Amino acid sequence: MSEPHKETPEELDRENARPVADPAPTGGPQAEPTPSPVRDEGVLLEVDHVTLRFGGVVALNDVSFSLRKGEIFGLIGPNGAGKTTCFNAMTGVYRPTEGQIRFQGESIVGKKKHQITRGGIARTFQNVRLFPEMTALENVMVGADAHHKTSVISALFRLPRFWREEKSGRARSLELLRFVGIAHRAGDVSRNLSYGEQRRLEIARALATNPTLLCLDEPAAGFNPAEKEDLLQLIRKIRDTGVTVLLIEHDMRLVMGVTDRIVVLEFGKKIAEGTPAEVRDNPSVIAAYLGVPTDAA
Amino acid sequence: MSEKASFRSNGGVRGWLGRQPVWVRWLVILVAAVAAYMLPYIGDVPVIGPQIVTEGIDWPSALFNMSYYVLLALGLNVVVGYAGLLDLGYVGFFAVGAYGTALLTSPDSILYEDTGWKWLMAVPAALILTMIAGVILGWPTLRLRGDYLAIVTLGFAEIIRIVATSTDVLRGDRGFASIPHPPGSWGGEPIFGVTDAIPYFWLGLTVIILVILGVRNLDRSRVGRSWLAIREDEEAAEVMGVRTFKYKLWAFAIGAFIGGLGGVLFAGEQSFINSQTFVLQFSILVLAGVVMGGSGNMAGAILGGVLISYIPDRLRGLSVGDTDLYEYRFALFGAVIIIIMVLRPQGLIPSRRRAMELKDREKEVAPQ
Repeated sequence: MSEPHKETPEELDRENARPVADPAPTGGPQAEPTPSPVRDEGVLLEVDHVTLRFGGVVALNDVSFSLRKGEIFGLIGPNGAGKTTCFNAMTGVYRPTEGQIRFQGESIVGKKKHQITRGGIARTFQNVRLFPEMTALENVMVGADAHHKTSVISALFRLPRFWREEKSGRARSLELLRFVGIAHRAGDVSRNLSYGEQRRLEIARALATNPTLLCLDEPAAGFNPAEKEDLLQLIRKIRDTGVTVLLIEHDMRLVMGVTDRIVVLEFGKKIAEGTPAEVRDNPSVIAAYLGVPTDAA
Repeated sequence: MSEKASFRSNGGVRGWLGRQPVWVRWLVILVAAVAAYMLPYIGDVPVIGPQIVTEGIDWPSALFNMSYYVLLALGLNVVVGYAGLLDLGYVGFFAVGAYGTALLTSPDSILYEDTGWKWLMAVPAALILTMIAGVILGWPTLRLRGDYLAIVTLGFAEIIRIVATSTDVLRGDRGFASIPHPPGSWGGEPIFGVTDAIPYFWLGLTVIILVILGVRNLDRSRVGRSWLAIREDEEAAEVMGVRTFKYKLWAFAIGAFIGGLGGVLFAGEQSFINSQTFVLQFSILVLAGVVMGGSGNMAGAILGGVLISYIPDRLRGLSVGDTDLYEYRFALFGAVIIIIMVLRPQGLIPSRRRAMELKDREKEVAPQ
């Protein structure tokens, strides 16, 4: 699978060492979750000088950063900073006005959403967007279907491929429901699930598409501290299966507790990048969050 | 609240059926199918029978009418109920199926010299034609959503009707006569004659059963899940890797195919079609049937299809005092629809997502 790229995880000096794009990106979508964390230092996703304008509004202004394989990456910023816009550009919802977004060395600008998903980027939504009339299991199976090849003809006549994929898709979906801890709700219609269960179900559905990169858009919104703690554990567990996690979050404490690296956006511009400790002490971040002038900090 | 309750309840016929062993389920289905085939003789059942059969129209003919309405409702249910695409021009596909058959078989057709096919030969060609029509309509229009799509499909049905009215090839009001009947003979007599509509009903019923099996297989597969996902949240579906455009187009093509089947059967039974047959009313009526029966649920669509055909036919020949009820059929019909929609807005047999049968569900409960 992945080549031995044995750098120490504690490798510091990440502040200005923008990792150079791996010439030969390794490891496609992880077929099976591996138990140990894959701490490959190669670049997985690169946001390269991206600008996004809506008419006169500059939602993203020349933003650049990159995600490394196997890390938990935080994208934070005050309300309206452009976090979700950035996220949407990465998942194909918006097309950047300028700049490039490369995933595993390949540009994803202009690709269709479903192509990006099948390429290995999965996401959840800020406001839960499940398929409410479908059961929890069916929701996850829609995600699992992303890599299935059952055609209308083989479904109509129940050809062998249908049975094979239906069986494996169901097994994998059940396994994912167990992974996020809601297997006992598998047969329930998803709109009858509790809010916390729905959030977990959304994560399971995204994981079912076999992502290399999982993007979570404010997954802890509306959670109490205990639920947030559970979520942190789930995110770490996901990372430990070898999936890179991008986390958009409002709650600073949550982000600080789980991420390896953080980028801070404000008014569509990147104002800081680094480890949680570095970002926490960064004067402009403090200013952005507390609204005090830089020199007063 | 009531909708939610009905969603979760395990009561009713379906709840009971779901709890039975497989052989009981098949037995019930088999008995229901046999009963459906015996429907032409329901008039012989004492007491209830005479109440059910139509008076102003011969009962087997009324049954045949029901069969193609049910087919149309099943097809439209795929488009509207499963994929959530509001199609107001569904009669267009019915017309394409019927005209396809007529053009290939009727002596009035300009193609008659070259083709002059038997009915059965024309069927596959006419069905392929309707599927192509579905794709041609869907390709440019499926980028639209909701009301906009509805308006475009409405236009499509009108285009078909106006083209049929005003082009020489399609003969307008004069129509196509002598479209051959389906083949087959029994004891020297053709099975599908002019006087007896029972064989046509049986043919229609057989086609319906095949369509039900096919749609059920699609529903319980990746295809059905994709349709539902599109209906529930199109953008989320696409982000989850569903090729939304492809599956919407398939829904259109499959819906068109089933509508075309109805048209082909209709042409084979009537033996004559003209441009007056395919009025817009027809589309609206079928849509009303699907919504009334329960959109997104095959049993509901079938019931809706039966009702939209049966109610007007049953009113035919009935009179209260001097007024012929048939004249008021649409008014009465409208009243029935309004009452049903007020009392059961989710349809008579609402769609309820079957809970997946998890044999080893108890084992799955233990988390982590």
